[in-house]
Amino acid sequence: MSRVKLNHITEDDLIEGTSLGRDAWLRLRKNRIAMISLWLLAVIVTLCFVAAWFCKDPNTINLTNKFAPPSADHWLGTDQLGRDLFSRILYGGQISMLVGFVATAVTLLIGISYGAVSGYAGGRPDALMMRIVDTLYAIPFLVLVIILKVVIAGLVADLAGWTVENLGWNKEFVFRFANIIPLFVAIGALGWLTLARITRAQVLSIKNQEFVEAARSLGLSNRRILFRHVVPNTVGTAIVYATLTIPSFILYEASLSYLGMGVEAPNSSWGILIKEGANFLETQPSLLIIPGLVFSVTLFSLNFLGDGLRDALDPKASKD
Amino acid sequence: MLRYLASRIFQGFLVLFALYTITFFLVKAMPGDPFTGEKNIPEDVKRNMREQSGLNDPLFVQYLNYPKEVLLEGSFNYSIKKKRPVVEIIVQAFPASLALGVSALIFSVMLAIPIGVLSALRKNSWIDYSGMAVAMVGICVPSFVIGPLLQIGIATRVPMLKIAGWDSPVDIVLPAITLGLATAAYLARLTRGGMLEILSQDYIRTARAKGLSTGRIMIVHALRGGLIPSVAFIGPAFATLISGSFIVESIFQVPGMGQHFVNAIIDRDEFLVLGLALFYGLLVVVMNLVADLLVGFLNPRVRIAELDA
Repeated sequence: MSRVKLNHITEDDLIEGTSLGRDAWLRLRKNRIAMISLWLLAVIVTLCFVAAWFCKDPNTINLTNKFAPPSADHWLGTDQLGRDLFSRILYGGQISMLVGFVATAVTLLIGISYGAVSGYAGGRPDALMMRIVDTLYAIPFLVLVIILKVVIAGLVADLAGWTVENLGWNKEFVFRFANIIPLFVAIGALGWLTLARITRAQVLSIKNQEFVEAARSLGLSNRRILFRHVVPNTVGTAIVYATLTIPSFILYEASLSYLGMGVEAPNSSWGILIKEGANFLETQPSLLIIPGLVFSVTLFSLNFLGDGLRDALDPKASKD
Repeated sequence: MLRYLASRIFQGFLVLFALYTITFFLVKAMPGDPFTGEKNIPEDVKRNMREQSGLNDPLFVQYLNYPKEVLLEGSFNYSIKKKRPVVEIIVQAFPASLALGVSALIFSVMLAIPIGVLSALRKNSWIDYSGMAVAMVGICVPSFVIGPLLQIGIATRVPMLKIAGWDSPVDIVLPAITLGLATAAYLARLTRGGMLEILSQDYIRTARAKGLSTGRIMIVHALRGGLIPSVAFIGPAFATLISGSFIVESIFQVPGMGQHFVNAIIDRDEFLVLGLALFYGLLVVVMNLVADLLVGFLNPRVRIAELDA
């Protein structure tokens, strides 16, 4: 009887199930500010990483055309050396965002592994590992980042020189990269503390659930259980938190560059553009205001998108 | 209470020692030494100067010597580049940084707490939205954009204010605003969150039912609980305001500690770097402790939990 009935159900009668991701996406779509941020970010990222290839060379100096106003040739005018501001902003954005994203990836890697091992191990090792995190927490961040950056920069420069000499790599290319890698590593190596705490808390609540016990009764090794079964369940929360660290890392990069401890020529970043623009505040305020605006809008969108993602993926989390 | 305090102070020492260890080995790992940049000094003179500063001793001996001198003789050694005691340099530069940090904190508290409380009281109204939008601006517009904008927008128009410099007491206004804005932004968000949570509690409803005025409920009943997250934030934030003012100090040419730190690293001035890092660490440790004690004072439940621990 029931079987006969089933045959009469048409597709319209079925209620489509929603997956976790789809559910979150629907919630995110309702959040207007987050959606605006998402679009803004998409535009900025596309401009910086795609459109930049079709722009003028950001390092071409033209001293006969300094401080030019916006024109068809130079959309946002030129700077104190006659370089095109528009393409400088796009190329600077590449570095700023790269630092934000790569440093965040580094913190994800360190933070998740550390937190997961600590939470899963429990007992003494856990207490010791968390004490270390507490200790590192109390250390002024910017102070250590600056020192660490100088140390790593020395090592990377040696390595870069070696690759050029012995492997015949392109010198200009190698040194451009050698200049930004220390920033990724220094910021990433010190920014993982909160992430480790969050992951540990997650692992503590997961490690006693049935599916972990099932995995254990199948005779899997601890390492396999931890990284194949427990950690994947913590990654979501970690990534949401990580979206919120991207803007703060971009800000750190800009601060370091502003202090002259960050990116060096021929690379540039938004921090450097702002720093240079501040020198010509009275003659040409747009050199500060335009990069400052692009920078702030990017941070704005990343923050709102991060907030939105957190609310969408975890509706129970408090909305401060 | 005393036992709690003692254990916290002991922890503070551990933190500082860890900070020392990390900084020491990082400084040693930096390429070059204080004399690398001195082109005018002959090589054998440099060797003697290294010998005199103890830089030729085995690494481990140097590692143990510094804390020994600090603890036993109270000496933080000399700045190799400036040829002056590290303590003297800090004592000279700290007042400016402290004054700047304190005024920035006062500015941000006076701005943020009212905004946060009002936003929470009128949740989802235009007051709330505009308050939180302003807070977002404070978080997203960095000090090195705000500072120059204030210089050109305000300092050039108001006769009393200078673009940069540190001569009269008025000179502190613009740097303090620049420095305090980001803190104010976080503080406003925290205060709003804290107040919202408290305002939904039963005892606030009881107070309302008793017919108390909104003002009285706010000041007597809600603020004490609602400010806990903010107070917990202010402690570390204060230390960050002092140690994180490198940029604001360089924008407004404030003769504080920030300039010394950056220069000391560029010069590889080991003892100055160590001294400043430890000093910043000490600030953070002390301010964290003060904040925790204050939170315990505001919230008895936290106090008991900590005493048990």
